[in-house]
Amino acid sequence: MLIYTLKRLGLAILVTVSVSFVSFMLIRVSGDPAIALAGEGASQEEIEFVRVQYGFDRPLIVQYIEWAGRALQGDLGEFPYLNQPVAGMLKERMGVTMTLGISALTFAMVLSIPLGVLAAIRPNTCIDRVALAISVMGQAMPSFWFGLIMIIFFGVHLRWLPISGSDTWKHFLMPTVALGYYATPAIMRLVRSGMLEVLASDHIRTSRAKGLRWPKILFKHALRNAIIPVVAVAAVQLGFMLGGSIVIESVFALNGLGNLAWVSISRSDLPVVQAIVLMLATIYVFLTFVSDLINAFFDPRIRNM
Amino acid sequence: MTQATSNNKFDSGLGLDVVFPTPGQIMRRRMMSHKGFIVGGIMVLLIFLMAVFAPVIAPHDPFHQDLSLRMIPPVWNEKGTWNYPLGTDNLGRDYLSRLVYGCRISLLIGFSCMMIAAVIGAMLGLTAGYFGGKLDMIVSFIITVRLALPAVLVAIAVVALIGGSMKIVILVLGCLIWDRFAVILRATTKQIRAIDYVQAAQAAGCSVLRVIVMEIMPNLFNSLVIVATLEIGRAILLEEALSFLGMGVQPPTPSWGLMISEGKDMMLFNPYLVTIPGAALFILVLGMNLFGDGLRDVTSPEGRS
Repeated sequence: MLIYTLKRLGLAILVTVSVSFVSFMLIRVSGDPAIALAGEGASQEEIEFVRVQYGFDRPLIVQYIEWAGRALQGDLGEFPYLNQPVAGMLKERMGVTMTLGISALTFAMVLSIPLGVLAAIRPNTCIDRVALAISVMGQAMPSFWFGLIMIIFFGVHLRWLPISGSDTWKHFLMPTVALGYYATPAIMRLVRSGMLEVLASDHIRTSRAKGLRWPKILFKHALRNAIIPVVAVAAVQLGFMLGGSIVIESVFALNGLGNLAWVSISRSDLPVVQAIVLMLATIYVFLTFVSDLINAFFDPRIRNM
Repeated sequence: MTQATSNNKFDSGLGLDVVFPTPGQIMRRRMMSHKGFIVGGIMVLLIFLMAVFAPVIAPHDPFHQDLSLRMIPPVWNEKGTWNYPLGTDNLGRDYLSRLVYGCRISLLIGFSCMMIAAVIGAMLGLTAGYFGGKLDMIVSFIITVRLALPAVLVAIAVVALIGGSMKIVILVLGCLIWDRFAVILRATTKQIRAIDYVQAAQAAGCSVLRVIVMEIMPNLFNSLVIVATLEIGRAILLEEALSFLGMGVQPPTPSWGLMISEGKDMMLFNPYLVTIPGAALFILVLGMNLFGDGLRDVTSPEGRS
């Protein structure tokens, strides 16, 4: 287990370094950052000034090492517009996005695990069909449109829920559903196929033959086995949802990381965009690392791979 | 009696003719009995026809503005007219015509993104699956790095820096969504590689290129088509999200995501501005997914979950 953990940790670090390099390069390759920062209509001298001021005139690799070195110490640069440290701002906005991501994941699990289990116990029945319909629709529903429809219905017609802002838990209800519904199909399919496989296995037949109660078999023996891969997928889905929250945050005017990213992108605030991409990618790498460990902890066969 | 049918006859020795169905007949029977495949196929076909015959179907010019005809509601509203069946937008453009032309944009972008992604993903997947070892490790690492990058955010940032146009959006998205192609083709290639006829070809001294092109590629075609159908849906959803955020296709192009984005400020009193293009988008992606899933079930019933 220790060797496996170290191997995974090494891989995670390597991926993080590569991702940081890619996110650094992406911004550089897509255009001259000095021109973008200086703004439209800037003279050649002004652009040159910005270039020297921000150090864009040095070799790329030197710039990268300096940037990465400072990022490691928690210094992600400053806002060119606000003269505020980026790291502090990110921490502040991260709270909203994390709340949204975790509640969306909870919503997705609460919806998909019972439905997946029910669908597996009674395959090809009405419940199975409903579960399938929910998952097929979830894959095709544009999340921003789903959010707008909910705003029209619950916010405008029924006036039950506030439609923008992030002050109370009520503000998070619709964004949670809109974002969480996106992760539901993947989790539900996995629960269903996992349960079907476990329920057909020998040890379940043995426990039934022993005369154990059905609910006990279901929850203690079957679900426990089927749920392990779900934990892994849930962690990955959380990473995807944090990355995709930019769309939902813009629909519901939530003041989170995605919103900050969007504002920074439209102002060509490169250091902030880089920092956010790096942060989301690091969180994703961390989540997959943890889910790998959880999987290996419960399933020793994985450790030798 | 033709040669093909007489080959399927089997003499049971009892004087009874037993006729086995040909593989084609089995396939056709399976297709016709798979509801999702039929429904999805019809949906995709209808939308495809709508895109091809857009100039014939659209009652008006999708770009023609007439401010005296602003915000006419759809025909089911009492103020609507049959002249503008789906109403007009805030610039007095016919909504139905924009919707019909918009599906050209969606299909074009979805298809082109998928082609780029397929080329990148197939090359990576084939290399990793066929050669294995170190190359496999490198490709798997590249896939992990790609998955760690938040796709929506990176796409928006790059499009914002380079400037939004259809070509840029297609290129950026195509370079971002190849991951599923790579993952699935890598696994499939690995399986096929171990089959006897591939090893026979290798033993016979065929060159690597010949083995890949003549022995492996034809067998990959099936999974390639299935992933491609599902990826078109994914690319369309991503593109519409970008357009919705104003970082995709630029106005006045009639893109569905852009139509939703333009309508969302006025959706309080004119919800049709948002519901109609969203529903069209939902139906298109739903059809693509049903068709893709159906194709998988029909062509490989043993792999059904």
